[in-house]
Amino acid sequence: MAPEVEVQLIAVIVAAACALPGVFLVLRRMAMLSDAISHTVLLGIVLGYLLTRDLGSPLLFVGAVAMGVVTVALVELVTGTGLVREDAAIGLVFPVLFSIAVILISRFAGNVHLDVDSVLLGELVFAPFDRVRLLGLDLPRALLVGLVTLLANLLLIGLFYKELKLATFDAGLAAALGFAPALVHYGLMTMVSITAVGAFDAVGSILVIALMVAPPAAAYLLTDRLARMLLLSVLIGAASAIAGYWLAYWLDVSVAGAMATMSGVAFGLCYLFAPGRGLVAGAARRAHQRWEFAQQMLTLHLLNHEGTAEAIEECSPSRLSAHLRWPPAFAAEVVRRAEQGGLVQRRGELLTLTERGRRLAQEASLR
Amino acid sequence: MHDALTITDLTVAYRDRPVLWDVDLSVPAGVLMAIVGPNGAGKTTLIKATLGLVRPAAGQTLIFGRPYAEQRRLVAYVPQRGSVDWDFPTTVLDVVMMGRYGSLGWLRRPGVRERDQALAALEQVHMAEFAGRQISQLSGGQQQRVFLARALVQDAQIYFMDEPFQGVDAVTERAIVAVLRNLRAAGKTVVVVHHDLQTVPEYFDWVTLINVRRIASGPVAEVFTEANLRATYGGRIAFLGQQGAAASAVGDLAADEATG
Amino acid sequence: MELLTALFADYTLRTVALGAALLGVVSGVLGCFAVLRRQALLGDAMSHAALPGIALAFMLTGQRDPLVLLLGAAAAAWLAALLVLGITGTSRIKEDSALALTLSVCFGFGLVLLSLLQKRPDAAQAGLKRFLFGQAAALVERDIVVMAALGLPALLCVALLWKHFKLLSFDPEYAASLGMPTGALSILLTTLIVMAIAIGLQSVGVVLMSAMLVAPAAAARQWTNRLSIMVLLAASFGALAGVSGALISATTRGFSTGPTVVLCMAAITLGSLLCAPERGLLWRWIRGRRQLAPVD
Repeated sequence: MAPEVEVQLIAVIVAAACALPGVFLVLRRMAMLSDAISHTVLLGIVLGYLLTRDLGSPLLFVGAVAMGVVTVALVELVTGTGLVREDAAIGLVFPVLFSIAVILISRFAGNVHLDVDSVLLGELVFAPFDRVRLLGLDLPRALLVGLVTLLANLLLIGLFYKELKLATFDAGLAAALGFAPALVHYGLMTMVSITAVGAFDAVGSILVIALMVAPPAAAYLLTDRLARMLLLSVLIGAASAIAGYWLAYWLDVSVAGAMATMSGVAFGLCYLFAPGRGLVAGAARRAHQRWEFAQQMLTLHLLNHEGTAEAIEECSPSRLSAHLRWPPAFAAEVVRRAEQGGLVQRRGELLTLTERGRRLAQEASLR
Repeated sequence: MHDALTITDLTVAYRDRPVLWDVDLSVPAGVLMAIVGPNGAGKTTLIKATLGLVRPAAGQTLIFGRPYAEQRRLVAYVPQRGSVDWDFPTTVLDVVMMGRYGSLGWLRRPGVRERDQALAALEQVHMAEFAGRQISQLSGGQQQRVFLARALVQDAQIYFMDEPFQGVDAVTERAIVAVLRNLRAAGKTVVVVHHDLQTVPEYFDWVTLINVRRIASGPVAEVFTEANLRATYGGRIAFLGQQGAAASAVGDLAADEATG
Repeated sequence: MELLTALFADYTLRTVALGAALLGVVSGVLGCFAVLRRQALLGDAMSHAALPGIALAFMLTGQRDPLVLLLGAAAAAWLAALLVLGITGTSRIKEDSALALTLSVCFGFGLVLLSLLQKRPDAAQAGLKRFLFGQAAALVERDIVVMAALGLPALLCVALLWKHFKLLSFDPEYAASLGMPTGALSILLTTLIVMAIAIGLQSVGVVLMSAMLVAPAAAARQWTNRLSIMVLLAASFGALAGVSGALISATTRGFSTGPTVVLCMAAITLGSLLCAPERGLLWRWIRGRRQLAPVD
């Protein structure tokens, strides 16, 4: 394979692997934990390196995953003291662990492959040069790591789909049915850590956050179904990865940064144009509802004052705007629409309800 | 003279869900009024719309004949106790002095006068000995009395209280009732969101029943009837009272009223 | 001790210490409000988002003047706060997702801009990378002047509008019922927090700046139940951590300023969580033992 094809393949696989656990983070309102975990896995890697002095050691991987889970546990520990709230606890814990890691790197591991820039940025472009042989195939290491992570995530989500779904949407019920929510929670956090570590080498810590959160958030605007959201997240993640690669290629800039940017663009597009939930669709719906609602309000107002002494005053078209505090033009338009729709009729200076208008008002009042 | 509170054609909607539909209401000055209605009936929203905290879709509210923005000095507000973080680093006396912030203007700091007023208000709710206490160390009832004292230092003409009796102890309940009676004796108007139907006739002389629409409003003796309560609560109510005026809600009704 | 004498003798160290102290005080004070209003993580999103602002300011003006760069940073951070509020206010996306999204995408965009700048022939861009983890040793007098020009007005604002900000943080609805313009005050407070972030960027960097908002406030909260004392303590803690971290970093090889300052601050915070009277965990533990004793 040509190196640029390999790079894109790695990017797509990493994006897909990140999107899967990201869906559950977004749904469980724990997206900021991806921020914490993706930073602190570095400490695990550094400690593993300082122990073994070997960047290829599996201990680095184990240490990094463990550190991700430890981060979550620490955040919970600090929150549990009741001395600080959860958001502040996250904001306290991960900068400290990350700071330790950065200082350890520059003090003790300065001249090896680990350096702070690649921590933030990843080295996707160089990924094809670091190769391994497996089953007679000559593969980039990052590709292999990404594939294993993706498959592990798919397997875990496949096996525990029911439990994850239940614990995400109704933790109380899940507990009552005997699924331990804590177990599911830590299982998920382990998955996030493994994914963060697997993706870390290739794309760096910040892109991990973008790939875990942006595609699921975009998918969340497109569907209500969990299975569909998982699929859409993977697709959006993969599309952002490829678009990001070409943006980077075209402008000759950081690939990781470009992929993060494109995942943001993908979210932005969904945010604006998602059918039903996008900003544009929402504005159109609200504009429509505004008139519907105003007509309902008008019929209800007429019903309330029907046959009362002040009806002449309250129900004349010219006085409506003063009573309802509507701008005169708006009030006139509402009356026009209501007349046209057969909800009200004019009797001299008085507006009265038609049968249809009365029904609408009664329906409205039952809400 | 103007009514203390005049609401005309008030409609409020959150997003596209109506919470209050075309409500009309006048409250004469000098009454103690309860607002009652089921959960989600719009009781809190009625107060918030009056205080300009939510924007109505139609209609308006007037305080003594003029819009709220011009009459702020005449109004005091006791929000729901659960609406703030009680672990905030501040003391009881400090919270009560916040009631004076509105009349202090932009740059003036609360001084000795405000301090004395706050202490006097705390005295009224039997909380004077807690003045220096951190607010997280108070019981629910004590927190409620602090909020009440904060409204008292506003020295207003009309008081809006959102569920002041919610989850308080007997001592606090008695203290609040005493404060309400003092306020009435001083000619003030008090509007209270209330959920314990049983105590309405005892504590209040005026009542408004709402359930998204206004069902009825007037003196307790005339308006607090079985027919009106039925219209307000639908079938979800058991009537224990003999004369029809006093009624009691079934247990779960009172319980799910908590957030109304 | 040696360090202290050096501090008074050495012009560079004095500049570094002054800058770090300024940063500590301003972020300590404004961090209290950020934490009390549950905006601890908004600070994180805003500080990461400052990166593209710095890069864009440099690209547009071609200047490395700290005032230009920090204003660019502040504008970008401010927009990020607006973005988070906008996304949560107008869609079903929750705050945590909006924060993580804004943080990572803005930062990623910042990295794109940085790598774009690296290709420019003028070597001036070389200095921009120090905004990632901060480099207090590179502070010069002009930087201090700019930091003071942003920071002192921010502190003055807090002092003047003290009771407004206090009530806004404690009970915003009640504040609104008193006629305070809570919307405008809220925007102003966020702007001041943005200023605090901008001030810290040169010495602590965008990645870790949020810790300088959160940690001093969290530490100070344990020692007192009064907002005024909390704010003063947070300012002192922030300054202490800032100065010691910056000096260690400036005089020792391999200690980037940002991480060092954060670790100094972490030590203070840990000490506060454990030892503060009444709230501290150690005291709580001792009280618990005492209460158990008669039962045993």
